[in-house]
Amino acid sequence: MTAPIRAIVSLGLAVTVAACTNFYEVAIETPLRPKLDVSRFQRVLVAGFITGGSDEVDVNLETARLLRSQLRNNSQLQVVDADVLPLAELAAEQAPKPAEPARAPTAAPGDPAEAESAITSEEELEEYEHIFANVGFWKDLGEEYQSPLIVTGTIFFNAHQRGGMVTQEREVYDSFGRRQVVPVRTYRDRKGYVLSPKFIFIDGESGAILSTERHREEILYDASQNTPALSSYFELMDRLMPSFLGALSTQSIKGTRILLK
Amino acid sequence: MLKQTLAAAGVVLALTTPSAQSDARAQAQAQVEFGIAVAQRGLWKEAMYRWERAVNLDPSYAAAWNNLGIAYEHEGMFDKAREAYEKALDLEPDNAMIQQNYDLFREINDRANQSDR
Repeated sequence: MTAPIRAIVSLGLAVTVAACTNFYEVAIETPLRPKLDVSRFQRVLVAGFITGGSDEVDVNLETARLLRSQLRNNSQLQVVDADVLPLAELAAEQAPKPAEPARAPTAAPGDPAEAESAITSEEELEEYEHIFANVGFWKDLGEEYQSPLIVTGTIFFNAHQRGGMVTQEREVYDSFGRRQVVPVRTYRDRKGYVLSPKFIFIDGESGAILSTERHREEILYDASQNTPALSSYFELMDRLMPSFLGALSTQSIKGTRILLK
Repeated sequence: MLKQTLAAAGVVLALTTPSAQSDARAQAQAQVEFGIAVAQRGLWKEAMYRWERAVNLDPSYAAAWNNLGIAYEHEGMFDKAREAYEKALDLEPDNAMIQQNYDLFREINDRANQSDR
């Protein structure tokens, strides 16, 4: 039997089989358009972030590295390899004198870690956000890298502690010695991390902000569990990555639907 | 004479209309079945074409509208998918499978709309 005949016969069989049942589950992939129209950009520059909170992780460097790697694999844009900007330090330098945050001068120039370690709350991060409105700064940066789409923003990553009711399974034995597992609600102290990024997308040609995306994720573990900050950071970033990528590239959502006859 | 002619016409209409309807349904059903077979092989554009033909042949065929909604969804044509699912539900409001497809679609559509904001 030749290939075309085999294909026709198999299709015929499929139609015959299809005639015997009334519904069929099929896998589908629904494409989601990118949130941003990035068609005019050929490059993307993950410039750096103003970060605050825990100093256990170099959040600026890790985030830039992670986003670059994800964009390389999941978008059509060419990812620019450049040094990650010490944005908190640059923002502190650019701050107008009266509004300059009290902590900013304590940062040693050229040492972003010191500038960032001074930021201990999300409110303090906001004091540095004026840098995102500095169109000239972003335009100059864009010119340096052939007008890419610039990804920047603020990221707050900090240790977090919270008590609350949790459901645990407990083994109990009745009067006949029979084992049962019952859910029990108990109060537990839990600790973990909170990650609160604000991604800002800037047009490298005009220096203007195109879009801003806020996220907030937290993770809590049993107080007795010792989870490294870096692994918590990656776990939290992993949760919000689809949404971040969805801003720049088409994402497809896999699912099933029921075809009817 | 006129009475007789009208009566005869009535009989002809009564006899031909259901047959024409069932004929349309049979043709549409053939298109639907072929569409299902090709969709299961990943040929969604062909399936879409078949189900479009099916709803043209028989616009009261809920299953064809449901399948068309799925095909549109697969192709990212969300507005058309919504219309097709809603048409299917108008025709068969108690069909739990159509409702399930529609609910899943709406979840994704809401995400897409959030993206547009």
